[in-house]
Amino acid sequence: MSTNKERIEPSNPQPPHWADHLLDWFVAPHRREDLQGDLQEIFLKRVTQVGLTQARREYGWAVLHYLTPFFYKRQPNEYPTPSTTDMLQNYLKIAFRNLTKNQVYSAINIGGLAVGMAVAMLIGLWVYDEFSFNQYHPSYDRIAQVMQHATSNGKVESQVANPAVMGPELRAKYGSNFKYVVQASWPGSYVLSIGDNHVSKEGIYFEPDGPAMLGLRMRQGTYAGLKDPYSIMLSESVAKSLFGDQNPMGKTLKVSRKYDVKVTGVYEDLPYNTSFRKVTVIMPWALWLIDNPWVKTMKKPWGSNFSQTYAQVADQVAMEDASTRIKNVKLDNLSKEEARYKWVAFLHPMSKWELYGEFKNGMNIGGQIKYVWMFGIIGIFVLMLACINFMNLATARSEKRAKEVGIRKAIGSVRSQLVNQFFAESYLVVFLAFLVAVLLVLLLLPPFNEVADKKIEFLWTKPLFWFICLAFIGVTGLVAGSYPAFYLSSFQPLSVLKGTFRVGKWAAVPRQALVVVQFTVSIILIIGTIIVYQQIQHAKNRPIGYNRNGLVNLGVEKEIKDHFEAFRAELKAAGAIEEMAASSSPLTGVWNTNGGFDWAGKDPDQAVDFPNSNVTYEWGKTVGWKVKEGRDFSREFATDSSAFIINEAMKQFLPFKDPVGKILKWENKPYTIIGVVSDIMAESPFYPVRPSLYHIDSDTPWNMTIRLKAAKSPSQSMALLEQIWRKYVPNVPFQYEFVDQQYGSKFKAEERIGTLSAYFAVLAIFISCLGIFGMASFIAEQRTKEIGIRKVLGASVMNLWQLLTKDFALLVLVACLIASPIAYYYLTDWLKGYDYRVAISWWVFVIAAVGALGITLLTVSYQSIKAALMNPVRSLRSE
Amino acid sequence: MKRTFLGEFEEVVLLVLAACGEEAYGVIIWEQLQQQTGRSITISAVHATLYRLEEKGYLSSQLGGATAERGGRRKRFFALTALGSKALLEIQAMRQQLWQAIPDGKLQLIGQ
Repeated sequence: MSTNKERIEPSNPQPPHWADHLLDWFVAPHRREDLQGDLQEIFLKRVTQVGLTQARREYGWAVLHYLTPFFYKRQPNEYPTPSTTDMLQNYLKIAFRNLTKNQVYSAINIGGLAVGMAVAMLIGLWVYDEFSFNQYHPSYDRIAQVMQHATSNGKVESQVANPAVMGPELRAKYGSNFKYVVQASWPGSYVLSIGDNHVSKEGIYFEPDGPAMLGLRMRQGTYAGLKDPYSIMLSESVAKSLFGDQNPMGKTLKVSRKYDVKVTGVYEDLPYNTSFRKVTVIMPWALWLIDNPWVKTMKKPWGSNFSQTYAQVADQVAMEDASTRIKNVKLDNLSKEEARYKWVAFLHPMSKWELYGEFKNGMNIGGQIKYVWMFGIIGIFVLMLACINFMNLATARSEKRAKEVGIRKAIGSVRSQLVNQFFAESYLVVFLAFLVAVLLVLLLLPPFNEVADKKIEFLWTKPLFWFICLAFIGVTGLVAGSYPAFYLSSFQPLSVLKGTFRVGKWAAVPRQALVVVQFTVSIILIIGTIIVYQQIQHAKNRPIGYNRNGLVNLGVEKEIKDHFEAFRAELKAAGAIEEMAASSSPLTGVWNTNGGFDWAGKDPDQAVDFPNSNVTYEWGKTVGWKVKEGRDFSREFATDSSAFIINEAMKQFLPFKDPVGKILKWENKPYTIIGVVSDIMAESPFYPVRPSLYHIDSDTPWNMTIRLKAAKSPSQSMALLEQIWRKYVPNVPFQYEFVDQQYGSKFKAEERIGTLSAYFAVLAIFISCLGIFGMASFIAEQRTKEIGIRKVLGASVMNLWQLLTKDFALLVLVACLIASPIAYYYLTDWLKGYDYRVAISWWVFVIAAVGALGITLLTVSYQSIKAALMNPVRSLRSE
Repeated sequence: MKRTFLGEFEEVVLLVLAACGEEAYGVIIWEQLQQQTGRSITISAVHATLYRLEEKGYLSSQLGGATAERGGRRKRFFALTALGSKALLEIQAMRQQLWQAIPDGKLQLIGQ
């Protein structure tokens, strides 16, 4: 700032110094002079009008308004900038021409990106669905399940089962912490009847606050619908299926063919991504208590766990605080002897049910969340592979476009304009790819939902979704376009136009590095898929301890229970079945465990808890277990009513050398061990079988297992079975499940992971190969003359094929070397989650490497053989 | 060039400049603007608009005339270019057309 000191009298008023300095520093030099002059002039005028202080204040204020990018811009532009989007249109026009000029290249780019984006979008939708699990419930963040840790057999187990007194106790003693406490039954199938029409529906028994806690959206009736024990609330779909268009309110139904209940409410069906989605009818807990009178008369109401407890924390109470406050709710009610199990009650918040549902040794160890992370990362990687294709193909074509860049620069393009031009191209491709990807997602959602067991919908209506899509396009375009844009716009026009422009020796290195990255990811996915598949097979081939074929599990109805022996005799007489038995736990689950065991030499402080199944005499014969020592139950021995058969795991657990004939005390009654049988894998196929016992009890069979005659076709046998069943139980839906299907469902979670990762691996390979295909075609094109000369000098097709494919094969081999340790590390980590796991063998890596190499060679060979077969006369004539 | 579009404020600035005749520079235009429109406008808005219009080719400018009260700094005189005049005329023609399309008596004149 130059002030003409001699012209200005000292009495001259001065604007504030800081403001002038600010202007000097901020405003572009070519604007500074006239702008400050104007300000000064106004300032002097204002001094005479409003006085110095006010004028100075105004001056400062006015200066602040100049702090915008517009005034900061340094470059005076000699040319008028177009006042419309002319240039943008021009960029897009050129981009579009480039796109249509080279169709193979564009198809590869758009196709690859579309697949990558579709995968990323599908995974994004899936992750969103996982995270929004249970958010249908308004009080989602305040609801929890009351769970318990218990220490038995030296391990801390966490369970959801609670005594029926848990709810009332929480209300009585810890009421200030909770808004609602809801005791509930296990969800199960219940028979509803209108007259002689019986249907079976999935339902649950809730204490009256249940509907309010879940914030059900009532279509009819109110949250108070469970006050009367003889009432029922229906979901909309059930109401429709039962009553059609009639108004269901106040209508009478029969539940379990015993109790007449009135419909007191209809609620909107719960969406698929909620934990209670299967609950289609809700009945009062009071009715469950009426149906199970033994609960009221229990000697030790805290002694056994057979129901669930849910709670909603009061508004001003933190979930963690409530959780620590209630920890001794059960312990306070137990005798010293029962307290050995060290019961600790705690709250498991609804927000963690889906993603953090696993406990180990009393700690929450996550769960499904690891798959959310895994697939999220896979999604990002697959998208990245597609972006890498774009970059590689764009830079590989650089020699073609070098001339264009040179001429543009010579004519007077600024680098930023070229960058914009290339970005416009990448955004055009990304936008087109996005459109294709949306189509793909719409096509793939139904099968994807099938595999992932979801009901995900495309979120057309959510503005947030579209905003994310825009951001998604923006980021993808940026990632895919930035490298080519800056690389291509950096060419020196002089060397390009002189013809001295050569792509440097190192120009291909970043491309090669990116190809290595692509194949590394692909190979990791291949290895992962193989290992997951192996692990599933490994678990499937595990000995299960019984003969799975031809076993059927039947639901138990009262009539069958009451005439069990007659029913069994009739079935056998009709030749429908080989054998039949009842048990308290099915073959594919553990429904009850017991403590209270004692044996010679047991440490009195040791708390134990074993699966203990009540069975009928023919159980062993029916399931086909293998008796390893001693003998099976038999009706010949009256003493078998107080005998145990134990499994091999139990034999390991007990201190006796040969347990047969030894005495086990249970609830202070002596039982003789008469046999040891093979371990029956009833629970997870990935964990060891628990020490278990079996004893005879014909009064409480909750499950019926039937072995069909091997000689007859199952469908014939089942028809006969149903006929006889109908004689005993008319009008009730005949429900049965084959045991091998129940068994198969144990692998669902792992199989889902396996299937999904297989798909993603295939897609990753597909995208990578697309890229390689494009690259190979460019390289073949670039080296046309070289190939021609080599042919003339006598190179064979084989030599040329080697020449062109060698580089790619090398890259894939490098990728294998990088991928193997990474894959090994992560898979070892994943397998650690399973006690029963497969060993990772070296040949898996070899197979993955050979597979990747084979696919690569196939892809590249097409191009290289095509190039090698060209007639050299044609390629050399143009000089 | 395609049809150009002027913002409302840009248009007002151009019109005021056209009315100023010779020797129009920042301060003059700013004062005139406030008088004619009765709005209070910051000087920075006027500067930004003038420069922007110049970049778009509606105005041309020249430096000249340093005076003492400006601390010896020169003024920048703005003048309408042919493009600027054309843009104004186009807008006026369009407005005219729109006014004529309004039936008589549709707009009740309020005031005098």
